[in-house]
Amino acid sequence: MKHILMNILMGLLCVFVVAVSAAHAQNEQSKPSSPTQDWIKGIEDPNVGYRSWIQGISPPEPPLVEDTGIDATINALTAPVAGLVGRIVFFKIPVFGAELPLVVLWLVIGAIFFTVYLGFINLRGFKHAIELVRGDYANPNDAGEVSHFQALATAVSGTVGIGNIGGVAVAVTVGGAGATFWLIMAGFLGMSTKFVECTLGVKYRNENPDASVSGGPMYYLRRGFAERNMEGFGKFIGIFYAIGIFIGALGIGNMFQSNQAYVQLNNVAGGGLDGLGWLVGLIMAAVVFAVIIGGIKSIARVTEKIVPFMAVFYCLFALIVIIMNLPSIPAAIGNIFSGALTGEGVAGGALGALIIGFQRAVFSNEAGIGSASIAHSAVRTNEPITEGMVSLLEPFIDTIVICTITALVIGTSQVADPGFAGEAKGIAMTSAAFERQLSWFPIPLAFAAVLFAFSTMISWSYYGLKGWTYMFGESLQGQTAYKLLFCAFVALGCIVQLGPILDISDALVFLICVPNILGLYFLAPIVKQELNSYLARVQSGEIKKYKNV
Amino acid sequence: MKNTFLLAVDGSPGSSNAVEFATDRAKRGGARIVVAYVIEWSPYTFNTPEENAERHKRREEELERATSSIVKPVVAKLKDAGLDVDSEVRHGHTAQTLIELAKKHDVAQIFIGRRGASGLKDMLFGSVTANLVQTAPVPVTVVP
Repeated sequence: MKHILMNILMGLLCVFVVAVSAAHAQNEQSKPSSPTQDWIKGIEDPNVGYRSWIQGISPPEPPLVEDTGIDATINALTAPVAGLVGRIVFFKIPVFGAELPLVVLWLVIGAIFFTVYLGFINLRGFKHAIELVRGDYANPNDAGEVSHFQALATAVSGTVGIGNIGGVAVAVTVGGAGATFWLIMAGFLGMSTKFVECTLGVKYRNENPDASVSGGPMYYLRRGFAERNMEGFGKFIGIFYAIGIFIGALGIGNMFQSNQAYVQLNNVAGGGLDGLGWLVGLIMAAVVFAVIIGGIKSIARVTEKIVPFMAVFYCLFALIVIIMNLPSIPAAIGNIFSGALTGEGVAGGALGALIIGFQRAVFSNEAGIGSASIAHSAVRTNEPITEGMVSLLEPFIDTIVICTITALVIGTSQVADPGFAGEAKGIAMTSAAFERQLSWFPIPLAFAAVLFAFSTMISWSYYGLKGWTYMFGESLQGQTAYKLLFCAFVALGCIVQLGPILDISDALVFLICVPNILGLYFLAPIVKQELNSYLARVQSGEIKKYKNV
Repeated sequence: MKNTFLLAVDGSPGSSNAVEFATDRAKRGGARIVVAYVIEWSPYTFNTPEENAERHKRREEELERATSSIVKPVVAKLKDAGLDVDSEVRHGHTAQTLIELAKKHDVAQIFIGRRGASGLKDMLFGSVTANLVQTAPVPVTVVP
């Protein structure tokens, strides 16, 4: 088994290395294109990556602020680096007329491997995960510790975002209805990856002297490889991961979010906030400051309460719209299946639809990136497997439930009225689909988008903090310095337009899935061992239920 | 015949009346007392990742504070009165947790002070005592 695994790994590594060098070569010839001018092509444009689809929210993104001298200087300095990093990370190989980004291939192969290796844990762990979240196995003596429900809710708040609303619309536009099928498939496979990374996050976390905990991929990469006599390599990729998550937290977890929140507010205000980015930025930075530095828990709690409420509210009204489109449902579902196999009208056919679907799913549920593992390792439990089990519900909720519902809202609207959205793309398209039936919906939708952005910022501030403390230690002054920096970037996100910096941040976040999944392969046997031991103990009654026996 | 009382305390004046009353009853009947304090907590709230990371530390602090400032003085007082005393500090929904503790220790009855919260707060949130009286499996003595 080990031999086969190593062979597969080596093969994959070789492919990756070749691809990266090919990207270099290709880079010499092609000119970087502007990320903002052609948003929809951006999905296919290696130079733009993650952020591009969402710029479709206000297509095409208007310059939020005048290009000041500072912006221009910074952009000029960073653009070449951003272009290079972006092209390497999102390098694509042409397959039968479609373009397959290697990083997506890497994530998907990992997800398939873990699903098979762990005997379809995403299916057989599902019922047990629900029982854990319900508190059936919660020992009353541990009351007061973070519950499984709380761990799940926190992690879901971090992943459910604008992507669930706008990203799906882009997937359907570019990949056709069939992309939805592959999106669901990828969500299903991603459940296994999440399971592995969250189990490891808890198993290899660090308990600090003050009884708080720090965990995540950087810790399991370092300690996991050290256990396998590869200490130097483990240290290297641990630090690499920490840098990636830190920069990612300032970019897609921060500037990009505040930027999108501002765009959203401005859209609803009908452009009334034009030129007031600095004000919106300062207000948002102040609120984030109050939560992460001021420790004003009430604000965080209010948001963390509203976000799940918003998610439920969104799904509920989405279902209402789908039911209002009742006559179109059979055709819309038919399109999803036929599109998945034929890929009619999609560049690259069925394969093109598949790639788009898989890509969207990964961007949405973050399985394989390792971020959720940081959130889960904060939970004190004696059984790391239980955290893994609970976490496999995240891609289910995020991708299989919420994204699918969005896809059906759009799909049924398309069947009823193919031209319903006009020129609208991204979130505007989703918004238009709702508006067809519920004219007032765009306003709460924009409100939800802003809150989603806010909760994502709070979650990512923690992920970045853990990257920071991994690099610079747990000193309180250092942590405060990081948090101040984070707040400054919230404001910056609305004030300056730092496209290339964001591109680097996007690229790095996807780049860290390379060492992360590599580590997961090496540590998968440990997870399997833990899983078997845990399941045996549940079977024998050693781990017993306290409720709903 | 079970001869254990559960005495729910919260550090309020009503609760010290309950302590007096339960002490008196226990002395007469030679009963054992379990002093219980519940820290209101729900497993279904929404937290930030940072709150989750610090939760264990906070829990220890909460238990320590409740034990030293509320439960220990009561236990000392009961012991001085010559009673057999046990104590429990737990997180959870107050009434539900008291009932769980009552079952766990197989108590004959529960003593609780009336906190006398009135007005708007009571109308909105109801009272722990009323909740307990309505759902407890054993007699509940509410001490004003």
